[in-house]
Amino acid sequence: MPILPPLDGSHMSRNTLFDKVWDLHAIRTLPSGQSQLFIGLHMIHEVTSPQAFAWLRERKLTVAFPERSVATVDHIVPTENQARPYADGLAEDMMQAIERNCREFGIRLYQPGSGKQGVVHIVAPEQGLTQPGMTVACGDSHTATHGAFGAIAFGIGTSQVRDVLATQTMSMSRMKVRKIDVKGRLKPGVTAKDLILHILRVLSAKGGVGFAYEFAGEGIMSLSMEERMTICNMAIEGGARCGYINPDQVTFDYLKGREFAPTGAAFDKAVAFWKSIASSPDAEFDDVKTFDASAVEPTVTWGISPDQGIAVGEKIPAKESFAASEQPGIEEAYAYMGFKPGQPIAGTSIDVAFIGSCTNGRISDLRAAAEVIKKHGGMVKASVKAFVVPGSEAVKKAAEAEGLHEVFRAHGFEWREAGCSMCLAMNPDKLKGKQLSMSTSNRNFKGRQGSPEGRTLLASPAMVAIAALEGVVTDVRSLLEGGSVPPGRAG
Amino acid sequence: MPSIIKTISGRGIPVRGNDIDTDRIIPARYLRCVTFDGLGAYAFEDDRAQLKAQGKLHSFDDARFAGAKVLVANANFGCGSSREHAPQAIARWGVQAIIAVSYSEIFHGNCVAMGLPAVRVSQADSEALQSIIEADPKAEVILDIEVLKVSVAGKTFACQLGDGPRKQFLNGSWDALGELVEGLPQVKAKAAKLPYLNAFG
Repeated sequence: MPILPPLDGSHMSRNTLFDKVWDLHAIRTLPSGQSQLFIGLHMIHEVTSPQAFAWLRERKLTVAFPERSVATVDHIVPTENQARPYADGLAEDMMQAIERNCREFGIRLYQPGSGKQGVVHIVAPEQGLTQPGMTVACGDSHTATHGAFGAIAFGIGTSQVRDVLATQTMSMSRMKVRKIDVKGRLKPGVTAKDLILHILRVLSAKGGVGFAYEFAGEGIMSLSMEERMTICNMAIEGGARCGYINPDQVTFDYLKGREFAPTGAAFDKAVAFWKSIASSPDAEFDDVKTFDASAVEPTVTWGISPDQGIAVGEKIPAKESFAASEQPGIEEAYAYMGFKPGQPIAGTSIDVAFIGSCTNGRISDLRAAAEVIKKHGGMVKASVKAFVVPGSEAVKKAAEAEGLHEVFRAHGFEWREAGCSMCLAMNPDKLKGKQLSMSTSNRNFKGRQGSPEGRTLLASPAMVAIAALEGVVTDVRSLLEGGSVPPGRAG
Repeated sequence: MPSIIKTISGRGIPVRGNDIDTDRIIPARYLRCVTFDGLGAYAFEDDRAQLKAQGKLHSFDDARFAGAKVLVANANFGCGSSREHAPQAIARWGVQAIIAVSYSEIFHGNCVAMGLPAVRVSQADSEALQSIIEADPKAEVILDIEVLKVSVAGKTFACQLGDGPRKQFLNGSWDALGELVEGLPQVKAKAAKLPYLNAFG
């Protein structure tokens, strides 16, 4: 029995968006049997690119298509004091490196203060750079986000960043395609974040290795563009290197009028092209999994892998409910988190509430959090540090125009500058000691949020907002459905 | 410059557990750098410290495994972030090949691009290999990429590697950049035809 889906040439899918976009961009078969694949949009940030530029210089190569790369800074950017030089000398070195590299090789760089800086996966869509039918690559695993537009988008390592800079191509093997068919619609109080956490729980953190995920069905197509980005963003947490959604009118409406979107007659021609690359009605998939959106509940992770999630009303599962080979990892998760099987997740005290990241740092995420805060009416609990980090300068500007920052501040949340912030431990925003954070980000790995002992519960912006106000994990539906469920308890 | 990689032989080092993510392999604070130099010292740093605090020893701190070349792990090794810093840290510590049940694809792609063979074995074989190495840290592990076999202590295990990466190691083309650059005329021809680079005409 194969250990993994075979990696070379044995895919069976046909006429899916993945197949069409792959075929459009495949240039030739390399001697290894892999394809040389053209990359339509390449995004760069400060963490995974400096070594790639150094290798270009070593080999006396240049950037083949500088206009097809765009850079911004996000991971190391402080979200409080952004005055240069940064207090962290290593962060300042990285900033100077990307500035020098972009200047020298003629690559567009969105700097703090430009109005266009932010988390790379938020910036490219909002500028209209990400479009259906493209191949997208970036030295960041959450590049999967861009699949929400019907692009096929790959996270890559630094060696491949070098390859894309030098040639606008990379060497790659085709993947299998799994359709994730989501029937029905999400119920009130349940969000795209809950849906993807639920999908991960069912298919596991490694279930998608070897696959591209096509998210489809009414439960997906009824989502907004920003919700779709949340879904595709976390495909990688299920092992799928890319996840995508077929483009439709929602996609076209989002793109219209954005800086890099086509205009006039070209827009109409673009729509025809974008429609043509969607999976055909007769598309064939390597695998299909079906879900029911209406059965999904607000979901929270309890462990140290994003697939360790449960509905807010559930108890932490017994290790016997997992396969034998998984049980050591489950025990490790109990020990690290300080949780016991059978313990309810609702009512768990939190120390930190973080709203932001490439998963949930968009304007609709901030609106959802603000709505919960207004309905609840209370203040952040004294024992909780709560902060909201807009995903980009454009998101920050939009939020401030709507007065969302005033809602956050009035209720005890800090309002920050754009960046990756506490999604990962590369800037001053970090957990301390064993603090328990409830976070809208994407990874609850050990140490992920900056303290080697720090703990993370992943959830939606609405669930994090209400937990900040209650001080404990709380079913947000207690608020949205008229307060029938006592705060701090499961619905 | 690329070179042919056919066999790796050396002592083994086990890292047990499924879903060992790249934040554990190299904590993000060490990504604040502009070169990969020196990352080897920080491989698995937080896991090592945590075990030390419990009076235990991580294999990367265990003198019996010092100088090992073949890392044996379990399922979904290197999941999470795309950071090439993770395989770079492992390689700079001294590892020249990885044997595991499965890998995240980005991690595996990074290994290939660096010339670090990462092959797959069954869950049972990964655990058996780890037990053999733990019982006899001096045993020589031989990974043969040509015949896809791992031999240690008189036992042989079948392993898997995609045909593409296998060929790349065997013919020395694992660093794909040279071939990609050779294709630049075809790349330019492709760009001249892509609808979104040509006003959707």
